Amino acid sequence: MTDIQVLAAPARMLLSGNEAVARGVWEAGVRVAASYPGTPATEMLEQLARYPDLYAEWSVNEKVALEVAIGASMAGSRSFCAMKHVGLNVASDALMTLTLTGSAGGMLIAVADDVGLSSSQNEQDSRSWGRFAHLPVFEPADSQEAYEMTIAGYALSEQFQVPVLLRLTTRICHVKAMVSVGQRVPHPSSGFVKNPSRWVMTPGFAAARIPLMFEREEALRASAELSPLNFVVAGKDRRVGFIACGPAWMHVQEAFPDAPALKLGFSCPAPIEKIRAFSRTVEHLLVVEELEPLLENELRAAGIACHGKDFLPRSGELPPEVLRPAVARLRGEAPPESEVQRPALAAQVFPRPPTLCTACPHLGIYYTLAKLKNVTVAGDIGCYSLGAGHPWNALDAAICMGASIGMALGMDKGRAEVDKDRRILAVIGDSTFMHMGMQGLLDITYNRGNVTVLLLDNRTVGMTGGQDNPGSGRDLHGNPAPKVDFVKLCEALGVKPERIRKVDPYQLPELARALREETRIAEPSVIITDRPCVLIDDYRKQPAFRVEPDQCTGCGLCIDVGCPAISEQRREKLLRPSGKEVLMQFAAIESAACTGCGICLQVCAPKAIVVAAAAQTINFVKR
Amino acid sequence: MDNTITNILVVGVGGQGVMTATEILAEAAISLGHDVKKTEVAGMSQRGGVVSSHLRFGPRVLSPKIAPGAADIIVGFEAAEALRWSHYLKPAGLLLMNTARLVPPVVSSGLHAYPADPVAEIRALGIDVHAFDALAIAREMGDLRLGNSVMLGAIADHLPFGAGVLLDSILRRFAARKPEMVELNRRAFTAGRDAIARLMRSEESCAQP
Repeated sequence: MTDIQVLAAPARMLLSGNEAVARGVWEAGVRVAASYPGTPATEMLEQLARYPDLYAEWSVNEKVALEVAIGASMAGSRSFCAMKHVGLNVASDALMTLTLTGSAGGMLIAVADDVGLSSSQNEQDSRSWGRFAHLPVFEPADSQEAYEMTIAGYALSEQFQVPVLLRLTTRICHVKAMVSVGQRVPHPSSGFVKNPSRWVMTPGFAAARIPLMFEREEALRASAELSPLNFVVAGKDRRVGFIACGPAWMHVQEAFPDAPALKLGFSCPAPIEKIRAFSRTVEHLLVVEELEPLLENELRAAGIACHGKDFLPRSGELPPEVLRPAVARLRGEAPPESEVQRPALAAQVFPRPPTLCTACPHLGIYYTLAKLKNVTVAGDIGCYSLGAGHPWNALDAAICMGASIGMALGMDKGRAEVDKDRRILAVIGDSTFMHMGMQGLLDITYNRGNVTVLLLDNRTVGMTGGQDNPGSGRDLHGNPAPKVDFVKLCEALGVKPERIRKVDPYQLPELARALREETRIAEPSVIITDRPCVLIDDYRKQPAFRVEPDQCTGCGLCIDVGCPAISEQRREKLLRPSGKEVLMQFAAIESAACTGCGICLQVCAPKAIVVAAAAQTINFVKR
Repeated sequence: MDNTITNILVVGVGGQGVMTATEILAEAAISLGHDVKKTEVAGMSQRGGVVSSHLRFGPRVLSPKIAPGAADIIVGFEAAEALRWSHYLKPAGLLLMNTARLVPPVVSSGLHAYPADPVAEIRALGIDVHAFDALAIAREMGDLRLGNSVMLGAIADHLPFGAGVLLDSILRRFAARKPEMVELNRRAFTAGRDAIARLMRSEESCAQP
């Protein structure tokens, strides 16, 4: 579906970094774009879906997305691939040989590092892949640069027949800034040219490409030396000169407007001679790069004296309030007073961690898991990782996409004698299962593991805002697409049909029974839940509930559900005749937020939860 | 060149419309020809977490982030969040806040305590704070989502541009997306603007000896 608004865009518009990259991709005449959703990279493909004249897809994982982009490039078309930092780990197998073949049609890989871990399981510096794979790296500092470097990246890619890594961070992807844009320049495909020594990487052909890769790297370095993306901003205060890249460049400009600074937009291979010349013009050189000291180490190896991580943190962002005290220390001065005072004034306020939504179908699952004894639950990447938090505390491990299933098998095979009766579960979502979990399940059935997999199918990629996937029956554009049948899929992966159950996660007794029975049987089993995410259109609201205060006995079980619409109104301590003190928690439901999923209704013994409008108890009816 | 930058920090809880409000403010600044940068420090915006939206505008904006102690105005959509971010205000800055409380599960289940009187705590820091119940106004008007326009109305007379510029920005947005909501939002904006003006007048008269 073409969006007329994006085409009739004014010449200057407010765009996020992701939107700016998408605009650049479209203008560069790209014909194929692929990605898997992941914060902070998701919106690049979502935006591209609005543009005409190019093919864009949600792939099942980042490796497949990169392979699609590689194929399109081999076919002679300009191609684009976007992913979050950990996605490039998944795609790295393809990347490390792609560097030998190089690209034909221009190719850009946008990789978004989550500096500051706003929504990720680690914080890693993806610029390392540029060094590891001998690929050029561009680092934009804001939306305008993200747009320009995207277009420049395609030119460089075709000049050197090499894919370009566009390194973004959360502070580029999600910052909106003014961008001057242009129009699309079509770039027809040049066609596939059969050439086994170029495209078929068997050992003999691959070995011949290795020297070419190193030659290319030196040619790229020479190009970086002359690139207009690397430039000096003059300054009078020569006590400290700065080298900066990515969003850190803007922070340096903000904090030290009078200092000389060298901006590296084309930062890998590093333009060493340009840096050496700059270093001679300043007293001290400070390298300001987010995360790892990659440039800093390269400068040291080249015999250029510099500072970096000896004064700056190796984790998180480097905003002015971090830079100013660090530079003061470097100069041997006291830190600016305001920088010390302000953070100290921060009020102590309770934490407000993200949590599962009101009526989320996962609520009943974690409520049930939290009440199970003698279980270990391996979790995965998605909304359901929130099950590790309050009040459920129902996840025992989370590493990366799909890992729940493999880890669960390892926990089964590696169990101690004291754990011989322990029941091992894996919890994984629909999209994560298709991304990287299916192989783990095949491994379990092949190796006869004793694991129960809870496959939470909410028909969307929930955590990143509800993207479609092969389980939702819709493609990137929202058009109908073939829909995976998870029961058949699990059966095909070797799970016995009688060990696969489909359960309504809003029916707690049914869910508890399925969990009890499947975990008792010492063979692979899968429990599939099938209610949609409350944030997508498939979700249907039901009449809201409220608590009848006179009926509430303060058992607190509904509070244990963890629904944001349920709160504690008051608490009392009750002394039992046995002498045992019991905490009573009297609850209330915010009816304006409640959408009537009915989970709390099922845990309330005194039937104190009633329909908000009619104030009468109803029987929970299966929809 | 006078590169005076205005820093506005809008804070609240995921789902309250903090990011939309900031976007409307950004569009108002753009309509006057300002350079603008807007950024969020929000991990999971729809999951009830903390949201702080930074808006900087002026002749040329470099860093998108407002540093602690550098905000000209803080707009608090939620009482405890206004307190949490109050140290971002510059010494003579203005803090306008909604007194509505959104209590997360970690508090409602008794694990943590909600501040007894966030407004008093902010005032004790020597901050020029003005607090009113924007949610009550929105509720009275029949739609809680109007709280957003009520809050924008409240700050409309405290910006480096006229209130009409901000109102136009709101109306443009609704005209394009939800034309049936234009009039309601205009009224919500005016209600917020009047509420804060009344509040400030009464605070002033109370301060008289």
